[in-house]
Amino acid sequence: MRDDQFWKADSSNDVTDFAVNRRDFMKIAGGGIIFLFTIDDLEALAQQRSGLNLATDFNAYLRIGADGRVTCYSGKIEMGQGVYTSLAQELADELDVSPDSVEMVMGDTDLCPWDMGTFGSMSTRFFGQALRTAAAEARNVLIEMASEKLKIDAANLTVSNGVISDKKDPKKKATYGELSEGKRIERHIGLKKLKAPSEFKVIGTSALRRDAELKVTGKAMYAGDIRLPGMLYAKILRPPAHGAKLISADLSEAKKVDGVQVVKDGDFIAVIHKFPDVAEAALGKIEAKFSPFEDHLDDKNIFEHFLKVADEGKVIAKTGDLPAGEKESSATFDQTYYNDYVAHSPIEPHTATASMEDGKLTIWASTQTPFPAKDEVARELGLEPKNVRIITPFLGGGFGGKSRNLQVVEAARLAKLTGKPVQVAWTRKEEFFYDSFRPAAVVKIRSGVSGTGAMSFWDYKVYFAGERGAVAPYNIRHHLTTAYDAGRRGGPGVHPFATGPWRAPGNNTNTFARESQIDIMAAKAGIDPLAFRLQNLTDKKLINVLNVAADKFGWSPAKGPSGRGYGIACGTDAGASVASIAEVKVNKSTGEVRVVRVVCAQDMGLAINPEGAKIQMEGCITMGMGYALTEQIHFKDGKILDTNFDSYELPRFSWLPKIETFLIEDKEADPQGGGEPAIITMGGALANAIFDACGARLFSLPMTAERVKEALKS
Amino acid sequence: MEEKIGFTLNGKPVTVMADGDRKLLWVLRTDLGLTGTKFGCGESFCGACTVVVDGEAVRSCQTSVREVSGKEVMTIEGLAKDGKLHPLQHYFMEHDAMQCGYCTSGMIMTAYALLQKKPRSTPSEVVAGMDDNLCRCGAHNRILLALADAGKQMEGGF
Repeated sequence: MRDDQFWKADSSNDVTDFAVNRRDFMKIAGGGIIFLFTIDDLEALAQQRSGLNLATDFNAYLRIGADGRVTCYSGKIEMGQGVYTSLAQELADELDVSPDSVEMVMGDTDLCPWDMGTFGSMSTRFFGQALRTAAAEARNVLIEMASEKLKIDAANLTVSNGVISDKKDPKKKATYGELSEGKRIERHIGLKKLKAPSEFKVIGTSALRRDAELKVTGKAMYAGDIRLPGMLYAKILRPPAHGAKLISADLSEAKKVDGVQVVKDGDFIAVIHKFPDVAEAALGKIEAKFSPFEDHLDDKNIFEHFLKVADEGKVIAKTGDLPAGEKESSATFDQTYYNDYVAHSPIEPHTATASMEDGKLTIWASTQTPFPAKDEVARELGLEPKNVRIITPFLGGGFGGKSRNLQVVEAARLAKLTGKPVQVAWTRKEEFFYDSFRPAAVVKIRSGVSGTGAMSFWDYKVYFAGERGAVAPYNIRHHLTTAYDAGRRGGPGVHPFATGPWRAPGNNTNTFARESQIDIMAAKAGIDPLAFRLQNLTDKKLINVLNVAADKFGWSPAKGPSGRGYGIACGTDAGASVASIAEVKVNKSTGEVRVVRVVCAQDMGLAINPEGAKIQMEGCITMGMGYALTEQIHFKDGKILDTNFDSYELPRFSWLPKIETFLIEDKEADPQGGGEPAIITMGGALANAIFDACGARLFSLPMTAERVKEALKS
Repeated sequence: MEEKIGFTLNGKPVTVMADGDRKLLWVLRTDLGLTGTKFGCGESFCGACTVVVDGEAVRSCQTSVREVSGKEVMTIEGLAKDGKLHPLQHYFMEHDAMQCGYCTSGMIMTAYALLQKKPRSTPSEVVAGMDDNLCRCGAHNRILLALADAGKQMEGGF
């Protein structure tokens, strides 16, 4: 997949560039029924939803075994977000089987329907809807079959737990397993509509995680837990800095280590051994010389560099006339916001285990994008795509970072070169070095407020964060939003290392800047920050989540800074609307910020697994405290100076605020994103809470103790 | 140099032939095939590799296999008894106290050592005891709920 394709698909709330490779839908192995439907309406449904095309072929999604057990095939992967549970719920409800009878097969490129990848909070929004439609279709075909078999009109049949029976005489029945046995069904029937919310038995009801028992017993398999006969572990020679080129390498000492094999293919040098720790020790014996990195960017001068290399900008939203808006203003504001590079830091580093047999490569990979990984491996190794299979076990976290598959290609390359199964598992230092960081970014906002507290104009410029969340949801008569970048990957000469999607890409930066600016305007206008927002909003969902959050928090109006340490922020992401209110305490002598409480209200339409959705909100709030308060990548001359969790500080138990999450129940509405939205509010809510606590306004993320102290001085 | 090292692993005696300087984490995961114990950071900052040695939670990425010679080592695989889950495992499930699950083994083993010593640890003792175990997904509050419930049951002598 080209970067620009990825960018298009993942850069906004709506997906417009989601091509489907139909050839791959037919690949389903094994027994049981294979449904071959043409569900035209499914495509229509998909197209209604932002032009998305999904698999129309039924067998891409599910298989019913003769024993009645149902296998669900999904190209999505499970990285903690909970779709292993919620997709099974969706299938079970529409098919009318017990969730316990559903097996999940995810992220296997030989078995599952093509999928672009698990990102953008799209699994439930798009794949889930297609899965439900497919299951609804299957249920109706089975009823038709039962009607023929039992010679009872379909209208007189009822379905429960995979058993179709006569409404009047339940003894007359046929099970899904009986109906399917030994037959391949090829029926083409029209779309039968999805269940109405009043008919839900499983959807909308909280379910515990289906993967929990595997995970509490150590049985859950991750890519590094795959052990193959004769498997070797590889450690790869890395440059000390991005852009550094290998000049020479003395391999003689490494080769002396008992059992070690050194693989050299151009500049690619790896040490392999049956134990990973021995391989790593042997790698340390290689004497290598690298050219110095030519660039001299660091975490201080990067922002100046950005403004120099920015393109001419692209207008992404415009209404009215800015000069006219300025004339209507009683006060104007001109501020610049910054955020540093941030790492994904999943606790499981990038890992892949590859095995080549009879010309076919099988790779167990820690990846959010198994199908693009397959294509990349095929391209890089000169193999036919059909000779590459990616199997995705559980991921130990992703957050956008496992959309890049460098380690998959490395493992594939070594398996091909050595002819043996090889595992590549990055160290934490490699994980920091090769992460595709959330880009550092700059946002410049000029804005105005009228004498009545109306937002009179808004001139918003975002550099290198990405467009997602850049357009303000407020009612502003004169506004202009411009993005200066080539997507969050920057383009040549922008970032000194890889950047990429990071949970709610772009939106964390944009919502921090916007919601900070809103607060500054409210304070200057002498208006309570909640009242100011409500006054300038017409979006009903945002107004509602703000009101719910305020009510649950116990908000009482006050002009900022009130000294109470309350901060509010709201926004939209992945189709969901979210508002958070935080309470902080600031230690004025050290600058340290303690988050005491966070109340978050979210409208995400239909929540398939409400508790699962709340868990995601909690995760967003916790992870959001990290980018807001401590997380920043230090770098200089191509070197990543953070190599572990000593200097790169993640949120931990002692940081925990009281977290209260509220879902706006709307079972009639389509499901929206859930894994990302709540995180967008944390930068703004905490910045505004810090201001409210002590009057210090922070313009840079993260708001480290040092920066808070600095802001308190000025 | 390879040497013969014996210890008790999950209640059963084991002997490995290994260089005694090798880290317990890799001996467990490769030589002994117990992959429930995870690699996270390799420098004891994250706690994903935590196992219990003679009742103490230790970082297996920093512990040499020689150091556990003659000792009792317990990993996540040894926690359930006769097919019955340990209260910590049970309550982690009940409270959905994990997302990706990769830190879970280390969380549970750290909690096990902590609560074995003092099942009724105060909330601040629990936070202090768990603080060096990192979870990137943000399951922290639910983990604390699981520990509170498990502690009550462990007090009863599970």
